Amino acid sequence: MAGLETFYDVMRRQGITRRSFIKYCSLTAAALGLGPEFVPQIASAMETKPRLPVLWLHGLECTCCSESFIRSAHPLVKDVVLSMISLDYDDTLMASAGHQAEAILDEVMEKYHGNYILAVEGNPPLNEDGMYCIIGGKPFVEQLKKVASGAKAIISWGSCASYGCVQAARPNPTQATPVHKVILDKPIIKVPGCPPIAEVMTGVITYMLTFDRLPELDRQGRPKMFYSQRIHDKCYRRPHFDAGQYVESFDDEGARKGYCLYKVGCKGPTTYNACSTVRWNDGVSFPIQSGHGCIGCSEDGFWDKGSWYARLQNVGGFGIEASADKVGMVAAGAVGAGLAAHAAISALSRARYKGDDAQ
Amino acid sequence: MVPSKSNILTDEDLQGTNLQGQNARALRARKLTTIYVYEAPVRLWHWVTAASIVVLVITGYFIGSPPPSLSGEASNHFLMGWIRYLHFSAAWIFAVGFAGRILWTFMGNIYTRELFYIPVWRKDYWKGLLDEILVYAFIKKQGEKTIGHNPLARTALFFCFTLTGLFMIISGFALYSDGTGIDSWEGRVFGWVMPWLGGSLGTHFLHHWGMWVIILFVMIHIYTVTREDIMSRQTLLSAMTNGYRSYRDDRPE
Repeated sequence: MAGLETFYDVMRRQGITRRSFIKYCSLTAAALGLGPEFVPQIASAMETKPRLPVLWLHGLECTCCSESFIRSAHPLVKDVVLSMISLDYDDTLMASAGHQAEAILDEVMEKYHGNYILAVEGNPPLNEDGMYCIIGGKPFVEQLKKVASGAKAIISWGSCASYGCVQAARPNPTQATPVHKVILDKPIIKVPGCPPIAEVMTGVITYMLTFDRLPELDRQGRPKMFYSQRIHDKCYRRPHFDAGQYVESFDDEGARKGYCLYKVGCKGPTTYNACSTVRWNDGVSFPIQSGHGCIGCSEDGFWDKGSWYARLQNVGGFGIEASADKVGMVAAGAVGAGLAAHAAISALSRARYKGDDAQ
Repeated sequence: MVPSKSNILTDEDLQGTNLQGQNARALRARKLTTIYVYEAPVRLWHWVTAASIVVLVITGYFIGSPPPSLSGEASNHFLMGWIRYLHFSAAWIFAVGFAGRILWTFMGNIYTRELFYIPVWRKDYWKGLLDEILVYAFIKKQGEKTIGHNPLARTALFFCFTLTGLFMIISGFALYSDGTGIDSWEGRVFGWVMPWLGGSLGTHFLHHWGMWVIILFVMIHIYTVTREDIMSRQTLLSAMTNGYRSYRDDRPE
């Protein structure tokens, strides 16, 4: 890959000072949970390694992942990440269009075969031979399979690519299918969220560039550094949870005092993401801080898990409002009544029974 | 001294015993055949498990639907913290008890194994099951005598206690790894459960359902045990307190 600019070259060309560059390296080390001794390693990688070609494909999606990504909070991170990866194809962000754009895709695929990163935003619908999502005149699933064949690794951006998200919610008419169920032979990093946090996205890419390997993944294929704890575990309202202080409704005293949103359906206790530590928009806030419970957008199938304002999902087949507790209590009542009736009949038959002595 | 056909005692039978001179008929005096069925570890386990289920159900319900919000400083209270602490402590007792109970099947008598499988390949199991269903439908007067569990009881125990209890232990440890982290031993051993059951939320949901299965089971269990103790041909309450099961008649079959 001779002749390619290193990240450092690109940064300098863009007028970033060496001082800012080192600061960036320190910040990145901190964001990745690494000690200060890794700063030179990151700097060295940036100075010597050629830029990593990234092809960014868009399937069935809403572009919220891209919107999040380009808002990566620290300005330096935003500038750098957009230049340090060689984002060779991203039909939303690139200037070229049409045949010109598709030509770039083919060129990169050929030139960097086996070395580029495929970032997928959205997912392929498989129903009707994939006709629900057409890119450049062909079903997206074909483009995805073609580009994936030469990729070094795949990043599944967002809940769409990772789990299916809204387009895969029941009844899923287009049969939208997450990337890992279509591409079976490549390492896949899932970065779920609707959208994922900007710093999480840039952090994952930076890690891969710096260390030339995939970040450590959990059982579901998510980077451990951002997805190994729940929102709940680092929530600043957690003390109210442990104390037993809850918002009972959105206009009560507890809501004004910032109590825990558990009872109004916060999914923080069941959602793995970094929102309560990294937060959003340059660390300004996150949903719980703004007074609304977490909706669990980075969890598999969150659209089909019942109301955002209930603790547990509803029970199918018992009407819209049937919670597990209501069904359980009705069942307990029915069983109790049944047992009472059974006991009454038993007592009657026992009363007519002459006793063992009569035998 | 034992009457040939019946276990009912007459005044003469009481001669030479501490009941000498009593009116045998009015006292319904009889001789009972008694068997030692449930050994001490089984009985101890039963009651420890019963107590832990009571704690688990109450605290578990409050974890799902917390009590009304407390006012004042958060640092003055630790209500949910205590509820969860009790739940986890009771869960550990339940789980360790369950494991110990499995171990005891290798050391105890044959009746200790009844909880862990159903002999579907045996004809007398199906016959006994039908018999017992007819008894509960008031069609038959009495079922067969059993030393351990009757087939209907055994079926209910296997599905509603053993399998459900095992599910609660496995899903419970998986949920516990939410707090201890995916690199804890709970996360490593039971981490596969949550993705399989639809994530943490789905696992919470099914764990909650498990609670209701166990609540209904406990209700039916207490009713049937009491009813059987009064109406069946053998005693049940004594079997789980002092371990001895007595039979009200000596008829064969």
